[in-house]
Amino acid sequence: MEIRAIGCEPLQLKRVHMKDGHTIKVYRDTGGYLSLKKALTMTPADIIEEVKASALRGRGGAGFPTGMKWSFVPKDSPKEKYVVCNADESEPGSFKDRYLMERDPHSMIEGMIIAAYALGSSTGYIYTRGEYKYLIDIMDVALAEAREAGMLGKNIFGSEFSCDIHTHTGAGAYICGEETALLSSLEGYRGHPRMKPPFPAIEGLYASPTIVNNCETFTSIPQIIEMGGIPWRDLGTEKSGGTKLWSISGHVKKPGVYELPMGYADMEKFIMEDCGGMLRDDKKLKAVIPGGSSVYIMNAGQILGKNVTLDYEGLVAAGSMLGTGGMMVMDETVDVMDTTKNLTEFYKHESCGWCTPCREGTDWLVKIFDRIASGGGRPEDAQLMLDICDNIEGKSFCPLGDAAAWPIQSAIKQVPDDFKKWLHAKTDIYASNV
Amino acid sequence: MAAATPTSYTDKIVKTDEVAEFSPEIIDEMNMHVAKYPLERKRSALIPLLMLVQRERGWIDNPGVNFLARFLDLEVTDVWETATFYSMFNLRPVGRHHIQICKTLSCRIMGEPDITEHVCSRLGIHPGETTADGKFTVSMVECLGSCGTAPMMQIGFDYHEDLTIDKNDKRRDHQRTL
Repeated sequence: MEIRAIGCEPLQLKRVHMKDGHTIKVYRDTGGYLSLKKALTMTPADIIEEVKASALRGRGGAGFPTGMKWSFVPKDSPKEKYVVCNADESEPGSFKDRYLMERDPHSMIEGMIIAAYALGSSTGYIYTRGEYKYLIDIMDVALAEAREAGMLGKNIFGSEFSCDIHTHTGAGAYICGEETALLSSLEGYRGHPRMKPPFPAIEGLYASPTIVNNCETFTSIPQIIEMGGIPWRDLGTEKSGGTKLWSISGHVKKPGVYELPMGYADMEKFIMEDCGGMLRDDKKLKAVIPGGSSVYIMNAGQILGKNVTLDYEGLVAAGSMLGTGGMMVMDETVDVMDTTKNLTEFYKHESCGWCTPCREGTDWLVKIFDRIASGGGRPEDAQLMLDICDNIEGKSFCPLGDAAAWPIQSAIKQVPDDFKKWLHAKTDIYASNV
Repeated sequence: MAAATPTSYTDKIVKTDEVAEFSPEIIDEMNMHVAKYPLERKRSALIPLLMLVQRERGWIDNPGVNFLARFLDLEVTDVWETATFYSMFNLRPVGRHHIQICKTLSCRIMGEPDITEHVCSRLGIHPGETTADGKFTVSMVECLGSCGTAPMMQIGFDYHEDLTIDKNDKRRDHQRTL
């Protein structure tokens, strides 16, 4: 598996190939914790302004501007405030945070400490999925190192600021990647999402102001403080600042984690050249899911020769979304009906059961897919599935419902031929149904 | 849903007042987790402590749940409420080696069906079953964040990636001897 930067100096991946890059010694020898020292000489408001200027957008999938999220935290609240790192990484196709935590845990910790200072918080939690037990062990060692070096604890760098961070384990639930479900889980409850508003910035963990950000978002913070918001933004585009990690898997010769500047041109070059092209030379590209399973599937015609830029706006213009940057590449041997069935089974399994459209909808969709896969497909099934998706999308309590609907809606639209044969349809299933 | 299906746990939720006992070292470890959270928010430690109970007892059983309810000042139903939601909690005993094969998209298109068939046929069981000698359980699980090194499986807490049938055979032969 490849881990490298293309089209930019490695920033997120600066230390991943260094010997002992996970230790505080190597981290500090290579400039680590200097951003924290600098941040402590700035005012919290200045830090938030730098983060806003950087055009950093949340790397967990939704892409919400990080500086704006931070600015929602009330300055005058008498309650304790919390900083939470979402290291649940459970989006199918995404595996970038794993390598950040394994090989450069201090970057994330430094980012969290700076965030805590900027938001007036003294407690942080790193919520890691339970399956990543070995990473929790690595983070515990890194946190102990940071405490011993005085980066965590009382009067950090001799300032008035004190802060501590703890690890917390999940136990296998995709929904806990959704920030309010994560907070329910962190409080020891079932991972059910909560009503928004109030947003976590106002009432999050223990009904106190809370910021939840992804690992990669936090590892970007020290870079922004070091370089300044505008220079960091200019590595990418005006609306999508900086560099971004992409996880690429499936039928390419060189799957792995790649760091690309936002706005990298283009998606075809990335798949066909940077990632080594198709796994089997004689098989053509059929479809790509560019941003983790919760985005629209793209067919080859939407990518090849279309100059799709790899940033939030570029992928929306091309008919999909950036999501977490978990790109899954499928060659012509793949049956997209089977792919969509697989993802629908995933969403059915991971639906938390809290709201009816998602719980019942995903269950019925899997039943229909099972019938189709056992040979009982009917031409009208395409419309039936689209109707059920319509009853889930935008009508469920949290975005998991949308995420379950989008692969089906886009697969039927973009790769209709794979459904046509299973549904025993004589005419174009999409055109005749929609 | 992330929780197991009802049939897999209701038969195991037997009413017993028996309370599990743990060594002072384990109690210390539990207290270390509790200390991470505000005093009046002990329930936050529930999931980490369920993990410890499972590590020590092999699965989440009724005496273990009774212990946690007392330890964290919760109702027994509070503990079950959380335990039954998360797929990593085994609500019935599993084999000594819990083989969890990822079945989600990237693994599936990179050869998971062949790996699953091979593992199951060598062990003589179906997914969800345990071998008669109690050594192996095979489970199918959703994405474990290892898509770039697909297909993959997790055995206990260890990741085994870039799987081939040959690699599987060697590992199984080794584990048979353990």
